[in-house]
Amino acid sequence: MDQGAAAGTGGTFISLSEVEQKCYSGLYALCQPDGTGTPAAGKVAELFRASQLPADTLHQITEVCGAKRLGYFGCGQFYVALKLIAAAQAGLPVRLESVGGELPLSVFVGITHDPEMRYPAHPLTNESQPHIPGSAPRPPADRPVFRHPESITDKQEAWSPPRSPGISPPRSPSAYRSYPYSAQRNGTDALLAYDGKLLSRSSVSQENSSPSHYFVRLQPEPPPITRVLSVDYSEDPWRITEEQREYYTNQFKSLQPDLNALILGTTAKNFFTKSKLPIPELSHIWELSDVDKDGALTFSEFCIAFHLIVARKNSYVLPETLPPTLKPGYVDQGVTLSETTQPLIVLIDTVTPPASQPVRKQSIISPQDNITALSASPCELSSVDRQVTSRPGVNTCKQDTRDERRQSEFSPKRLPDASEKLIQRVSTLKPDSPQELDAIMKSRTRPRSYSSTSIDDAMKKAEEPPTPPPRPQKTHSRASSLDLNKLFQQSGQASKSGWLPPPPALPPRPPATQIFSFQHGSNKNTQKAVQQPNFADFSRFREKETSTPPQRPGMRGGLSTEDLAPPKTDPSAALLGHAPQKPVRRKLHPDSQSATPPSGTPSSAATLTKSTQRLPSKQKREIQMAIRKNRETNAVLTRLNSELQQQLKVVHRERVTLESQLDLLRPVTSA
Amino acid sequence: MIGLMSRDLRVRVIMAVCIAVIAKENYPLYIRSVPTQGELKFHYTVHTSLDVVEEKISGVGKALADQRELYLGLLYPTEDYKVYGYVTNSKVKFVIVVDSSNTSLRDNEIRSMFRKLHNSFTDVMCNPFYNPGDQIQSKAFDSIVAAMMVQAC
Repeated sequence: MDQGAAAGTGGTFISLSEVEQKCYSGLYALCQPDGTGTPAAGKVAELFRASQLPADTLHQITEVCGAKRLGYFGCGQFYVALKLIAAAQAGLPVRLESVGGELPLSVFVGITHDPEMRYPAHPLTNESQPHIPGSAPRPPADRPVFRHPESITDKQEAWSPPRSPGISPPRSPSAYRSYPYSAQRNGTDALLAYDGKLLSRSSVSQENSSPSHYFVRLQPEPPPITRVLSVDYSEDPWRITEEQREYYTNQFKSLQPDLNALILGTTAKNFFTKSKLPIPELSHIWELSDVDKDGALTFSEFCIAFHLIVARKNSYVLPETLPPTLKPGYVDQGVTLSETTQPLIVLIDTVTPPASQPVRKQSIISPQDNITALSASPCELSSVDRQVTSRPGVNTCKQDTRDERRQSEFSPKRLPDASEKLIQRVSTLKPDSPQELDAIMKSRTRPRSYSSTSIDDAMKKAEEPPTPPPRPQKTHSRASSLDLNKLFQQSGQASKSGWLPPPPALPPRPPATQIFSFQHGSNKNTQKAVQQPNFADFSRFREKETSTPPQRPGMRGGLSTEDLAPPKTDPSAALLGHAPQKPVRRKLHPDSQSATPPSGTPSSAATLTKSTQRLPSKQKREIQMAIRKNRETNAVLTRLNSELQQQLKVVHRERVTLESQLDLLRPVTSA
Repeated sequence: MIGLMSRDLRVRVIMAVCIAVIAKENYPLYIRSVPTQGELKFHYTVHTSLDVVEEKISGVGKALADQRELYLGLLYPTEDYKVYGYVTNSKVKFVIVVDSSNTSLRDNEIRSMFRKLHNSFTDVMCNPFYNPGDQIQSKAFDSIVAAMMVQAC
């Protein structure tokens, strides 16, 4: 072997001690599984990487030992290389002379230690000697350590980039040393400290004697600096190592606790600006790393960006395109990244504050635009999200205005449901955004009181005509007159228009409508005004009403229809304003029938003022009135029912008589 | 090389002579032209075309922006070349100057060029390190534009 080594090195005599021979032969055996006599380049590469030396050191070693010349690692070159590795690890320059002396055995990280232990700590240096003889059986277990088996050529190519910018601005070794590499190795350390460590990595290649040795057997142990980071990094600068990924993970968590969520562009910008790289370079890094072009970084994108920044800091030339090893799909670290899961969450959390502009028009226009021109631009979608977030706030404002115009049938309960639906949708995923828009479209079927886009107008107009305004008063009439035709008409009306319960639409209604209704129904205010002081009486009276015999409704119905006609002819009044008026008026009829003098006319003015004073408590009264109305409608319906039953009986009797007559007549005719 | 060129001719790739991106305030964000002819001339052409663009987008009189077409079409032809325009919803204008000798131009091809430009521009906008109003210095954008430009070889 010595002769081989001598031959390989061109005459330099290299002696291997016994221990060295044992170890190196083991390694040699390792590197040539096929037993062809030449170590496989890949295995050699792995071995060299395991030596934890910087890439250009290894490069130098390769050159020096003559493998470059030969193109492969012959036996001699292999041993020389091993010795040179030992020399390098001992801090000696990589030269043939250095291998002449007594050297400790070259130590290989992956081979002598557990695969997980990328950073053998101090005690390992003590163990390295007993480990080395056992290095041969260890290697198979270390294969998983090398996630990326490379050929030697790739390694050399990867080395060339580190070599070219090798003359980097030398950072102070103090910064390099001061990096307190401990078991933490990431997270709390500032970005600068990290950069300081990595920046000075390049200086290691020149110095090659910095106290950044892992396996210090003969030298005092310096602070264990993560040369592993730099070395692994230099094997292939475009590959993220385990510890780097851990570091990135912690940094990501500091920005965004949820690993599956996104970091917004501005957050990332602020963070990466701390690295003191020039903005155009950061811009380029962003371009490279934001793969899905959504203006935000997922965890993998963040790792890529961070890695590129680190590379740039170490004076690596940024590639024009993303290296395949850095592509998000390449590295599967077990961090399950669901990029599509919840981007909305991040966007909304930070966007809701600025999206507080209740520009309703825009909020409606934008989803329309996005529906029509859904080119899936992420910016558009994010704007939709913003608009969506503003929508719940907008919708709550809309509720009040909507109530003004909405027919009384529309239960306001539906509104809170719609807004709730929207709010729920807002927090759902991006694929649900069309559904959100659908929900919004549905909610837009209600008539709006504000101007909106043409599409909304069209929708509104389409909606408004079909919406029948079946005033409850129409069906609510006590028009169960004995006039059958009228009764049938009215019952037909009731059945056709469909009895809609009088809306308890009173609570959300703003007091303005009440004022409006008051002002508008001035001609009825006389009637209405009378009612108010008599509310208490009405309740009593209504009970009396319900107990009145059904025959009375006829008379009352006539009166009520007459009285109801004028309000019906008043379409422009707020319907909800009508609602309290109608029952009030209905109550008025019994009042009039019971010969209560309508003495309210002189007091109308007073009652008007009273009504304005009662505005604050209007809503409560409205609820009461609604309850009363419901009871009245119930009473009316039962009355109607009884009357109809009677008529049915009558008709049935008639039919029976007619049938009997027909039967009597039939034998006569047939005969 | 000649073989390549002939292949290009067969493929009928539309090559622009000058591509410009102009901001809302009518200053250029990005302008790149084939260096053979005087670039100043192209700058001037693009500048004059802005008037036509303004006329097209303001003269429509439609109240709703989404009803306006983004692609403006041929802005005006000169004897040497034709100028096409495209404006985004945020009033950023793209102008493409094409050589007149390229007679086999189809509208769709110009549209697709604008679409590519617009997409690339959107990507630039999404970059948080890009401040709207800055010159566009994105390499990706450059590559897209370079792919569209006539190869001066």
